Amino acid sequence: MSVNYSVLGLIFASMHDDTVAELTKQRTMGSIPFGGRYRLIDFPLSNMVNSGVPEVGVITKSNYGSLLDHLGSGREWDLARKKGGLHLLPPYSQTGGIYKGRLDALNNVGSFLAHSQAKYVILADCDIVTAMDFNPVLTKHIESGADITCVYSHAYYDSEKNQRTTILGMDESGRVRDVLYDPQISGECDICLNTFVMSTEFLKQVAADAASRNLYSLTRDVLQAKKDEFNILGYEHKGFFTKIDSLQSYYNANKMLLDTEKRSALFTKDLPIYTKIGDKGPVKYGLESNISNSLIADGCIIEGTVENSILFRGVKVGKDTVIKDSILMQGTVIGSKCAVTSVITDKNVEISNEKVLTGSETYPLYISKNAKI
Amino acid sequence: MYIKKKCVAMLLAGGQGSRLYALTKNVAKPAVPYGGKYRLIDFPLSNCTNSGIDTVGVLTQYQPLVLNEYIGNGAPWDLDKTNGGVHVLPPYETQAGASWYEGTANAIYQNMRFIDRYDPEYVIVLGGDHIYKMDYSKMVDFHIANDADCTISVIDVPRAEASRFGIMICDENNKVVDFVEKPKEPKSTLASMGIYVFSWNKLRKYLIENENDANAKRERGEKWSKDFGKDIITSMLANNERLFAYEFEGYWKDVGTLDSLWEANMDLLSPSVPLDLYDLSWKIYARNENMPPQYVGKNANIENSMISEGSYVDGTVDFSIVFSDVTIEPGAVVNYSLVMPGSVIKSGAVVEYAIVGEDCVIESGARIGASPENIENRDNWGIAVVGHNVTVSSNKVVEPKQIIGENI
Repeated sequence: MSVNYSVLGLIFASMHDDTVAELTKQRTMGSIPFGGRYRLIDFPLSNMVNSGVPEVGVITKSNYGSLLDHLGSGREWDLARKKGGLHLLPPYSQTGGIYKGRLDALNNVGSFLAHSQAKYVILADCDIVTAMDFNPVLTKHIESGADITCVYSHAYYDSEKNQRTTILGMDESGRVRDVLYDPQISGECDICLNTFVMSTEFLKQVAADAASRNLYSLTRDVLQAKKDEFNILGYEHKGFFTKIDSLQSYYNANKMLLDTEKRSALFTKDLPIYTKIGDKGPVKYGLESNISNSLIADGCIIEGTVENSILFRGVKVGKDTVIKDSILMQGTVIGSKCAVTSVITDKNVEISNEKVLTGSETYPLYISKNAKI
Repeated sequence: MYIKKKCVAMLLAGGQGSRLYALTKNVAKPAVPYGGKYRLIDFPLSNCTNSGIDTVGVLTQYQPLVLNEYIGNGAPWDLDKTNGGVHVLPPYETQAGASWYEGTANAIYQNMRFIDRYDPEYVIVLGGDHIYKMDYSKMVDFHIANDADCTISVIDVPRAEASRFGIMICDENNKVVDFVEKPKEPKSTLASMGIYVFSWNKLRKYLIENENDANAKRERGEKWSKDFGKDIITSMLANNERLFAYEFEGYWKDVGTLDSLWEANMDLLSPSVPLDLYDLSWKIYARNENMPPQYVGKNANIENSMISEGSYVDGTVDFSIVFSDVTIEPGAVVNYSLVMPGSVIKSGAVVEYAIVGEDCVIESGARIGASPENIENRDNWGIAVVGHNVTVSSNKVVEPKQIIGENI
């Protein structure tokens, strides 16, 4: 694939933080651990890299320490570059305080946008887990002459369970005619993946115009308010995706990876998902270990039973302990003779011997970072 | 402009590793996979980084493609440095002509200019075929404290095995009095680990002398050699230079043969073996394959094994090391074996006491190796080996001790 210096990537690392308040207490959406060894930002970032986007700006908001630590110079994504590469764009707002929406945030990074030679911009959030090539989107955008191209997927939307969801209504030509935000309906919908392509010039204009009117929401003030004025097109992404907009959906999305078909759709050889390297040893299984239907990352040492679970790097499970339907983040240490069912442990949780922790598949028990039980 | 370095490491990685047969057909020995996610060279390179040695020359000669690619810019070991870092040093042509590395001493001799640029006080010479974790800086300190010209790292081996090694005979102050290569009747049990610290000005002198001497012998049609143990150490001893033995305590394993490679891997599964790959204070770094976590399926049965990233395990795995991106299908059995990266063990295949190389396919019903308990004559038993990129067709058998390098 040719390097396309005319495209700039912009990732909003902190949109939707409050939908998973438990997990973003000490981190931002982009740095939420996912799938055993990843952080949510790895997906949009790897997608940009795999699409040949040579320069990516990451717009942060608050609690971004762990994100900076994760991304570093961008080496793991091949983005530690002299020309282009990774740019971390810290928060500040021209209107005072921290920015409120995407447009506000874009105005704050105006100088970054101004310096860019890129003709097109790809915008993405960190709440969508998918592997996709943006080149067909770019091609369609350029060929159609659209002002904005929105990537969407056809999937089930449940107003009871989903939040922060933008539903698109399109005519036969694919032009967006209706934009609904968290509508009180349920059923098969065209769900916006919060991934947009537009020209850099258009983006600058839209952001400047919004600033002058004290508007900040891309969804409300542009997609909804100007759907008739602008030529907004939809682009359907047919591959696997999952949207994280609650602790429950985070739990479900992780467990979805136990389905080999879905896992294979997300982790392909063509579109690899890059992440920070942990330099941990391989997984060590003890004499009495018993593992079934689980995803286990390097550095784990397992002496007990693990079923239907996701274990992040460096998790330890003691003898005669049974872990079921759980998500154990990096560094979780569980002693012997414990029973842990439908639990999410955040990083470095320690559970001593003979403890019983039980959540429900429809309401997993969350244990916060560094907790000792 | 080069900034002076106190110590430069030279890693001898050019050996063919002929006793690893099929596993080193297209790959230099230091690039042979080990321990689920490592290659042999990760140990000396990680030891260098962890010891604060940030300038490493890697001398390559035999089949360097995989090794060069693996080392790359050295970033996995933190050796991508502006000043120093890791440098791959193959033989090169000069106005006087070109020559291959003609022995371990000659390999360093040909790269004296590389070392001189950093103007080091000490040079540490390492091999690429041992598994161990060692703080070289302590050895350099020992060298300095003894005002030594050369310090040789030694390990106490059982007397019965001493005749397999180069043996150092020392006085009570650890000063080396004599050195015998593979003695029939060893006078000591201190075996050389092939790790040397030299004061560079001394080594430089002896390298030049050895080179001139050996070339003169060659011209006269006499026997000549350009080796560390045989020539440099022997002449230094003959000239009463200060040679000291630095005794290493800890796990150290030579992986020069297929049996020892298999054993060194099995050692990782033994709780009594002091080699901890999970110690965060002395990590062993490796180039990462960027694989998703391993998936263990509903039919899997795993006991006392190590399994690496990207693998899919839905069969039986006992007392084995499974490397990255390996598939073990439901109904496949892997016992006391190594399955190297990218290989597929199909349903109904049985792999026991075996080494399966990289990117192999073991078809359904094939049998690789056997348990020693099932062999009547123990002399006929040994590790079965399938070389890299080999397909073993359905119902074919690779007997114990058999080594195959082509599809069957």
